[in-house]
Order: sequence, then C-alpha cells, then structure tokens
Amino acid sequence: MDVNPHTDSQDYQLDEPLAPKRTRFEEFWRLFKQNRLAIAGLVFFILFFVVAIIGLSLTSGNDPVLDPAMVRLQEKLRPPLTKPNFERLQPDEVPTLGVYVFGTDDLGRDVFARMLQGSWVSLTVGFVAVGIAIIIGIFLGGIAGYYGQRHIRINQLIAGGFLTAGAVLLITDLIWAGAVFLLCGLACILLSYLTKKSARSRTKPAWTRLWYFNTISIDTLVMRFVDIMLCFPSFFLILTVVALLPASIYNIMIIIGLTSWMGTTRFVRAEFLSLREQDFVAAARALGLNDFRIIFRHMMPNAVAPVLVSATIGIATAILTEAGLSFLGFGVPPPHATWGNILSDGKRFIFDAPWLTFVPGIAILLVVLSFNLFGEGLRDVMNPKLRERQ
Amino acid sequence: MLSFIGRSIVHKIITLFFVSIVSFLIIHLAPGEPSQVDPLNPKFTPEMVERFREAFHLDEPLHVQYLYFYRDLFTGKTISWKDNLPVLKKIWERFLNSLPLFIVGTILTWTISFPVGIRSALFRGGFYDRSSTFFAYLLISIPGFFFAYILIIFVVNQFQVPVIGMETFGIGDTAWSIRVMDRIWHLLLPSFLGATGGIAVLSRYVRSQMLEVEGQDYVRTAKAKGLSPDQVHYKHALRNALLPFVTMFGLILPGLIGGSVIIESIFAWPGMGRMAYEAILARDYPVILTLNFVSAVLVLIGTFISDLLYLVVDPRIRL
Repeated sequence: MDVNPHTDSQDYQLDEPLAPKRTRFEEFWRLFKQNRLAIAGLVFFILFFVVAIIGLSLTSGNDPVLDPAMVRLQEKLRPPLTKPNFERLQPDEVPTLGVYVFGTDDLGRDVFARMLQGSWVSLTVGFVAVGIAIIIGIFLGGIAGYYGQRHIRINQLIAGGFLTAGAVLLITDLIWAGAVFLLCGLACILLSYLTKKSARSRTKPAWTRLWYFNTISIDTLVMRFVDIMLCFPSFFLILTVVALLPASIYNIMIIIGLTSWMGTTRFVRAEFLSLREQDFVAAARALGLNDFRIIFRHMMPNAVAPVLVSATIGIATAILTEAGLSFLGFGVPPPHATWGNILSDGKRFIFDAPWLTFVPGIAILLVVLSFNLFGEGLRDVMNPKLRERQ
Repeated sequence: MLSFIGRSIVHKIITLFFVSIVSFLIIHLAPGEPSQVDPLNPKFTPEMVERFREAFHLDEPLHVQYLYFYRDLFTGKTISWKDNLPVLKKIWERFLNSLPLFIVGTILTWTISFPVGIRSALFRGGFYDRSSTFFAYLLISIPGFFFAYILIIFVVNQFQVPVIGMETFGIGDTAWSIRVMDRIWHLLLPSFLGATGGIAVLSRYVRSQMLEVEGQDYVRTAKAKGLSPDQVHYKHALRNALLPFVTMFGLILPGLIGGSVIIESIFAWPGMGRMAYEAILARDYPVILTLNFVSAVLVLIGTFISDLLYLVVDPRIRL
C-alpha cells in the first residue's frame, strides 16, 4: 500500500460540499407545506395538545381553577355563553370565567370545564394506546423480518410449551402444577444447552437430531399470530374485554393497544424483508455489529416512515374507539368527564339542549379529522411515488 | 390451483382452532364470574350459585369446559345462560333483523363510492376532487354516534317521520303502502350510517386505483389513437382499475355478522350488534363465544374467497 491516492485535485474535490444543501427535514418540510389540508391538521393537532395540557392543569387537583364536578342544580341546562345567575349561587359556585362558555349540563356542571378535563383523556388514550401498539408491532415485525428465515427447533418448542403452560397454570391458581411445568421447561433449556456442547465433540446420536429438528420458521409463526388476531372483530373484542375488566382508563389504553398492533407488524416486516438484503446492512454486519444495533440503529430509521403514518391515523382511530366506549358507558368511571360520556349524558336532552351533543361531537370530529389529515399528508410526503407526480 | 386450495383450507382450520382457544381463554381468564353477575338478587342463594355452576360445567377445569363448549357448539346444542334458548336460533333471528341493514348499507357503499371515486380521479386536483377528498376525511373522522344524532335531528325536524326502532310502534293494521314507507324510513338512516365509513374509504381507494391506471402507457396509447374520452376512461382504464375490487367481494362477508353495536343501540334496532352488547353485559359466555367463532369463520371464508377471486381474475399470480 505504498500508492498515495491523495493527489491535489482529489483533495480539492473532497472539500466541495457533497451532501445536498437541504437537510432531510428541510426537504420534508418544503413538500409538506404544499399540502394545505395537512398543515391545517398539524396546526389543530398542536392546538389540541396545548389545550389538553392546559386543561389538565386547570381541572385537576383539590381546588381546581375550573371545577368540572361542581354541581349547581339551580343552573341546569343553561345554553352556551349565558351569564350565571349570581343571586342564586354561592360565591364559590360561580364559574371562574364568569360565563358558561359551553353551557351547563343536566346537573348544572360547567361543560367547558368538563370538555377540558375530557381532552386530556382523549389525548392520553390516543398516544398511549398507539404507543403500545407501535412497540409490539415494531418488536414482532422486526423479529419476523430480520430473523424470519430461521426455524424454531423442537427443543425450543418443547421448552416454550412447558413455560407457557406453567405460566397459564400459575395464573389459574394451580401453583404446584404450574411450578412443575416451569421446572420442566427450565430442564429442557438446560438439556439443550448441555447437548449442544457435547454435540460439538462427538458424533450426534439420533435423538439429538430429532431434538434439533426444524419446525416452522419464525416468520410463519409471527404472521400466523397476526392472522389469528385479525380474525377477531376488533370493536366487539375491545368491548368484551373492557366490560369484563374493572372500569379504568388504563385498561382501555392497554386493550386498544393490544388489539391494534397487527398493521404495524405487517408494515415493519415488509420493510425489514427488503432492507435486510441491502448493502448497508451487509456492511454493518461485516463490521461485526451486533443484531440489536443493526436492527435499531441502522434498519429501524429506514423503516419508520410507514409506521409513523399508521401511528398518526391509529391515534385518530383510538380516540374514536375510546369515545365510542365512553358513549356506551364503559371506561372511565362516572364523575370523571370524557368527550364520549358528555355526549352520552346529553343525548336525552338532544332537542332541549343540543349543545350537550354538538360541543363534544364537534370536538371529537375536529381532533380526529386533524390527525387523519396530518397522517395522510405525511403519507403523501414520504411516498416518493406520489411525490414525482406532483 | 387444487394444492393452493387444500393448503389454504388447512391453514384456515389451524387458525380457527387457535382463535377458538384464544377467545375462550380471554373470556374465562377475565376477572369475575357469570354466577356472580347479580350478587344483590335475593334469589341467588349460594345453593343456586352452586347449582348454576354445576349445570353449566363451571366447576370443571378450563380445558374440560373448552371441550364441552365446542362439542355443544358443533352439535348445535349450545344454550344461552341468560334465558336457556338455543344460541344458534337466537343468533339466526337477530341475523335476519340485521340483514336488511347490511344489504342496504352494502348497496349504498358500492353505488355511491364508485361514481364519486372515478369522477374525482378524472378531474384530479379540481374543485370536485378536493371537496370530495375533504368530505371523505370528514366521514372517516366523524364519530358514528354524533353523526347519528345530527341525522336524527335533521330528519325528524324536516320530514316529521319517526326513525327509531324497526317500525313505528302500533302501526299494526294500516295500509300496506304506509307500512312499507315506514319500514324504508326506519331502514334508511341506520344503514346509511353503517355505510359512511365504507363510502369514504372505498371512494378514496377507487380514486387511487383509477389514477394509477390512468397513468399507464396503454391509456396514453388509447388517447393517442383518437378514441373518445368515454371509451378511454370507461373501456380501457376502468376495466383494469376494477381488478382489485373484485376481490373485495370476499372481504365484505365479515360485515354480515358485525352489526354496529353503537348504531344499533342508538336506533333501538334488535340486530346482532345489540345482541352482542346485551350478551356482554349479562356475561352470557355461550353467546359471546359463538358470535366470536362465527365471525372468525366468516373472516376466514372471506379471505379465502378473495384469494380465489384473485387467482381467477389475475392470471399473473396463478402459481
């Protein structure tokens, strides 16, 4: 290696800026700005975020600024923007703003304060549920895409079967049987570890060959699991589980998350299948990076675009699902307000007090619409096929 | 072809088996028991609970319960815990109620979304396209229950017709023309509401398919040789754009059993969705599990039909 490749002219060329002048984000923003509906969606999305956080701080605590639970029976069903009747109210019952911005409901509670309280519920349900779905989706999709061609061996299958059976038995209060099964599983793992070591030195006996027999591939396993999950009618499944579990907002988040990860898994798997064959992944592997780093540092950033789009639209769907559940009377226990249960409480007064239907309805509509428009805008920008046409 | 069908059927049966296990576990491992659903009822003495548990095999271990349940299901002997009626007969009655909703909803979806989607693809970027895009997003985003109330207020105030329920209460022996009109009014709103999401999604899909085909070389050739625009769009482009939709006929099958819980409870429509809702509230496990099983079967049959149609329609993927 005595040849010096650095001649003067080449050095000069290397000083030239080689990277595009615009960063990836600037390029993205330039394209995104052209889509007016998506911009409107983004603006409203940020607005909703701010409102939800302000709403949480104003309506929580022992002595909230706007009390969503304050009952004023003498002031029930007042239309929006009416002044409270000061003579009939105690001084601490007067709403802080001096006016019922969105009117009052059938118990005289301030709908404006209740809407603020509900906005936080909608926001967290959307983000946490989708967060759970994305984590599961990326994990399973990544495994199926990256390790998909490897096969599960008999010994792993037996060990896994024992461990699962043990866990299930432990849950159903059969502690002894469960412990026995768990021990069997551990013994299997230990046995396969030992036989693996001994198999290197001596010729393998027949039973170890059976022991290491390949069954289905990991890809098949994960994708069959996705197929199974897709067989359940999703709203019905969510409704069933939510109705059986104790009422709590966290249960709803977890269940919506656990039933909506299938799309993400499919996206991530498809992306990984094509990325795995590309040169930069081969290079990373040749450098001796471990799988974890290759998957999360090198492949995931390239696969994240469709996930982001489906996450944005997934938030919209999760908010709608939560509103539907609240409307049916499941989910957050009563004194706490959500947009769905404000609407559900107000439906009896639909002809006398339409604001109880329209205020939460329009709020849900706008928020879901903004997420959908923003998500579709993202999809248009990130899809190079559509970009060329413009 | 035959080997594809065989493999596919085996796959689907295995999937179905696991679906049955998962749904059974979900329901039985959830906290609470059906025998304790009504603890305040004075008739529910501990002896009653014990008898109840024994009658429905609730005192057996889980895998035995599983076998009992699916044996009963396949021999058609499953009975509801709530009223001791055979589950399959109950589902069938409710299914007949939900069927008109499904048929009218499907017809609305397919007849509205195709013209809208094709037109907005042909006038891409124009006023019609942009407004139909916006309306599609609006329809996807609007909560069904809110839209239902808007429509109820509108129809009741404008046309002065009752819309709740399957027919007006006490309409018994009037002229048949009035009865038919009454049924149509009652049918129209819930089936339109059930179709909104479908209309929005399908019209967007038709539009993108149509755009894709309009960009192909053979469409340009057809234009270049001087065919009339109608012939280009409807004979050359549309026929090819329709390909993926043929397969969607299979995928509407699961909608048969779905029945919207929310729409049916707003309109007091005694359909499948309402039955599912009532069964969930009463912890009527046989009904919940049977519904789940039947809908899983329909999903699998639907995907099977759509795979087959793909094979028939598109010779390129016949392996």
